[in-house]
Amino acid sequence: MANLIGGITSSHIPAVGIATSKGLFDDPYWKPFFDGYVPVRAWMEEKKPDVVVLVYNDHGLNFFLDQMPTFAIGAARAYDNADEGWGLKTMPPVPGDPELSWHIIETLVKNEFDPTICQEMKVDHGLVVPLQVIWPDADDWPVKVVPVAVNTVQHPVPSAKRCYDMGKVIGDAIRSYDEDINVAVFGTGGMSHQLQGQRAGFINKRFDLDFMDKMIDRVGELTRLSTTDFIRDSGSEGVELIMWLVMRGAMGDKVTLKHANYHAPISNTGAGVMVLEPTE
Amino acid sequence: MAWTKKDYDDIPGTFVFDGRRSLMGWPLNKMCMSLNDEENREALRQDVEGYCKRFDMSDEQIQAVKDLDALAMMRLGGNIYYMAKLAGAYGLSVQDVGAQMRGVTVEQFKEMLLEQGREEV
Repeated sequence: MANLIGGITSSHIPAVGIATSKGLFDDPYWKPFFDGYVPVRAWMEEKKPDVVVLVYNDHGLNFFLDQMPTFAIGAARAYDNADEGWGLKTMPPVPGDPELSWHIIETLVKNEFDPTICQEMKVDHGLVVPLQVIWPDADDWPVKVVPVAVNTVQHPVPSAKRCYDMGKVIGDAIRSYDEDINVAVFGTGGMSHQLQGQRAGFINKRFDLDFMDKMIDRVGELTRLSTTDFIRDSGSEGVELIMWLVMRGAMGDKVTLKHANYHAPISNTGAGVMVLEPTE
Repeated sequence: MAWTKKDYDDIPGTFVFDGRRSLMGWPLNKMCMSLNDEENREALRQDVEGYCKRFDMSDEQIQAVKDLDALAMMRLGGNIYYMAKLAGAYGLSVQDVGAQMRGVTVEQFKEMLLEQGREEV
């Protein structure tokens, strides 16, 4: 059976991809952020995931407002990255694991979650940047990926609780997958930020740190947050934090915190990285 | 026809991109989405008005794009993720656009971000 080795939270902001490509690891602005990834890289080296189930949102590369799925899962052999319009380097295609994708899809639908199934899908910085920052030196992607896209662009977006509950089923699916592989789950995006309106630039450090604390053993307080709570307290784009809850759901009731780091600001956001392992 | 009142409508300085805004902003956002292609970015820069007209945008939306007025675009249904592609076509970053909407210089905007990071909690 597959082994669910743990979960990561990570920022996926484009500026991180650019700074990683430029190797700005010791730059004074970036160092407190990148240093937070050193233990994550060591954990990956030790645990050696074969596949990452990566929860992210598309910002206008694959999906547009013509057809916007609330949840979509990739089931392809590979996923192309492409020009997003503002100068981020196009990265090599990301390999997929279609058999695991279909097992997760089948488990979800059996449990009354009905995602859109994508056999051809481009992946944007939301998916690529977390891989890039964890494996900056890799010539080729060292893991296969199952992309799980969540609509955080057009409201109504799914509730925190819905995301957490879907994560629980994804966790069950991984643990029941009949192949001897190591699987990690990434919840990406956030933390507090607002890119738009007169309140652009809003960051809420207190909210972010509290959120990270509650991710460990008080997740029930997070799944009760409404979309409006997120918009008000973590900024309009801070609502991306619902994707962390998909990962948290997959970990099961109890987790052990292996590492956490918070730094703000990076570009316009608070950036939190965590490594959680399911507690036996 | 009526739009349901939302409990996020009164959050200050915030445009929640919901059905009402998505319907209103459709042609503007569709134009922005097309800017994933360099060829289209070039066509826009060559002739802003002509390019925007291909998408059936309103006169107000076209004027907002000509002025690169982000707040006006937000009011006309623009979505910030797609607008970022328009900004990119002109070499502007999300911080340039954020500063413009907040009504401060980019330097002041960056300082304000750093200030929030330094806050004791």
